[in-house]
This record gives sequence, structure tokens and C-alpha cells, in this order.
Amino acid sequence: MSEGTIKKFMFVNRKAPYGTIYALESLEVVLISAAFDQDVSLVFMDDGVFQLKKGQQTKGIENKNFSPTYRALDGYDIEKLYVDQESLAARGLTEDDLLVDVTVMSRAEMGKLMETMDVVLSF
Amino acid sequence: MLHIVNKSPLERNALDSCLSAAQGGALLLTEDAVYAATRGNAAAGKITAAMAGMKVYVLGPDLDARGMTDRLLEGVTSVDYGGFVDLVAEYPTNQSWL
Amino acid sequence: MKFAILINEGPYQHQATDTAFLFCKAALAKGHEIRRVFFYHDGVNNSSSLTEPPQDDRNIVQRWSKLAEEHKLDLVVCVAAALRRGIKDENLAPGFRISGLGQLVEAGIEADRLVTFGD
Repeated sequence: MSEGTIKKFMFVNRKAPYGTIYALESLEVVLISAAFDQDVSLVFMDDGVFQLKKGQQTKGIENKNFSPTYRALDGYDIEKLYVDQESLAARGLTEDDLLVDVTVMSRAEMGKLMETMDVVLSF
Repeated sequence: MLHIVNKSPLERNALDSCLSAAQGGALLLTEDAVYAATRGNAAAGKITAAMAGMKVYVLGPDLDARGMTDRLLEGVTSVDYGGFVDLVAEYPTNQSWL
Repeated sequence: MKFAILINEGPYQHQATDTAFLFCKAALAKGHEIRRVFFYHDGVNNSSSLTEPPQDDRNIVQRWSKLAEEHKLDLVVCVAAALRRGIKDENLAPGFRISGLGQLVEAGIEADRLVTFGD
């Protein structure tokens, strides 16, 4: 039944990694969604932008460092990564601090993009 | 689209993020977010301002549970769970600002 | 209309699953179809048959099982999230089934609306 249907899925990430499991488990859904050949976009705003920060070293907290997975997403044909400019600025970050290529956009542009989606999942 | 917020505006930034991104449509406040739509709350001004561009609803049972029903801001519509369902059906897309 | 529901929080700790349950009941009362309820993150704890709330409290797990039985709901618990949290077939409440994350994406594709309940 789902065969052939292509919907626009947006995954909205607004939470920092490690403090809670949301970022990691969100990424797991994103990877699975690739198998369904859907039109997938990822949004990082608020503390979610920290998920993409370069240089994560998690050995000391004995957690798996899942940040390299974001770089592997284009291998799954997931290439639409959008980052909220205002959220970066509020956290002392710029695009150069991020470990993967993204499209940075304003909050209003982000809102307009959301309007074009079929399914929005937030974690 | 329908924006759903369930956080107190004084504890988390979900309402602020939602309002700064929203391009019209509707806002439904549920759970602890209902406090935002009550008279005297520091966030009430944001809700009043938002009403210029979007319809604002609260989940009535959540307001009742918290003893805040008589403080509901003017212009905000209270709905029950059936009304929640109707809103989701009315708007093609919805987002929960968790 | 066909709805899909995503629940990201466990019972009692957060109101999300209560709101989701009451939303589902209202949707069914209006003649809508609940295509699937998917339990993810700590939401998988909604399916534990070992849950024993005090007598005077609502029984969140049994309430889902009962709704599933009455309306033939498909209650799906994410396998990876479940195993992380000690939910297995041997302590799975009636009406729930454990399956993969693909079930969530599929529900999003097949339903007219997907609504997320979480923290």
C-alpha cells in the first residue's frame, strides 16, 4: 500500500545529544526512513544544533559517539540538512563549527519550509 | 499548519521557538503549555500578539485540571479532545514542539 | 480519516501518553481510524505487563490493551528501544507487538495525519 507513495518527511531535532537519548534515537528513525525512499529533511534548531558540533569526544562519559553518523547520511541519500541561524548564534556557534555540510536558514524560512511538509516528527 | 505546544513557557523555550517559526495557521496549547494562555502569566503577551496572525486554542481539560479555567485569556478558544482531533484533521500538517 | 500516533514518553512520568490515549478515544468516537500507535523512546514502557499502579490510579497499560481489543488497534513497540529498556515478549502486555522502526515510517506514509506525543 505504501509502495510508490513519496511523502515529505521532516525530522525536527531540538535537543542536545547525550543529556537525553532523543538525538540518538531520532537518528535511528532517520536511517530507517532512508529504506522507504521518502523525501527526507532534517532540521536542527534550538539545542539540536549541538548534535552537529565538531570534535565530540564521548570516551569519558562512556557513551557511544554517534556524531560521525551525520556525515554518513549522504550515503543514504539523506542530503537535506537545515540548521537554524538564530539557534547557532545564540549558542556561540557558526557553520564552521559543524561536522557536516548544511543549509543555514533564518527562523522564518524554517517556518515556511515546515509548511511544505507532509509529516513532521519531533524528537 | 497546526502547531502543538505542551511545555510551560516559563520552563522551556518550545513556545518561543514555535511562535518565531510559525507562519500563521493554528496553535494548540496542551498539558503544561495551557499556563501560557492565562491572565497574568508572563507569556500572556506573546499569546495575545500571536493571535493577530494565528488562531489560538487550549485543551480545556488541561486547563480545568490545573485550576486555571477562569483565567483563560480572552480570544483563546477552549476545545476538548474531540476538538483536538478536529484541529488535526483540519490542518494538513501538524507539528508537536516537544 | 486515518491517524497514526507516535508516543515518546513512558506512563505516569509524563502526561504525553494520557493525552495520546484520550486523543485516540476521541478520534475513534468520531469515526476516524487509528492506523497504528507506535511507542518509541521511553514510550515503550507503556507496554510492560509488569506495571502495577495503585488501586486508585488509572491503569495506563491495561487501558491501552483494552482500547486495542475493542477497536482492533495496532499497538507497535519499537524493538531497539524496547530491548534497551527491558521490554521483551515475555513481559509484553496484551494487544501490543514488538517490531521495527520501519513500522513508524510506514505508518507516517499510510496515514493521513501523524501526531506526536512526547516531552
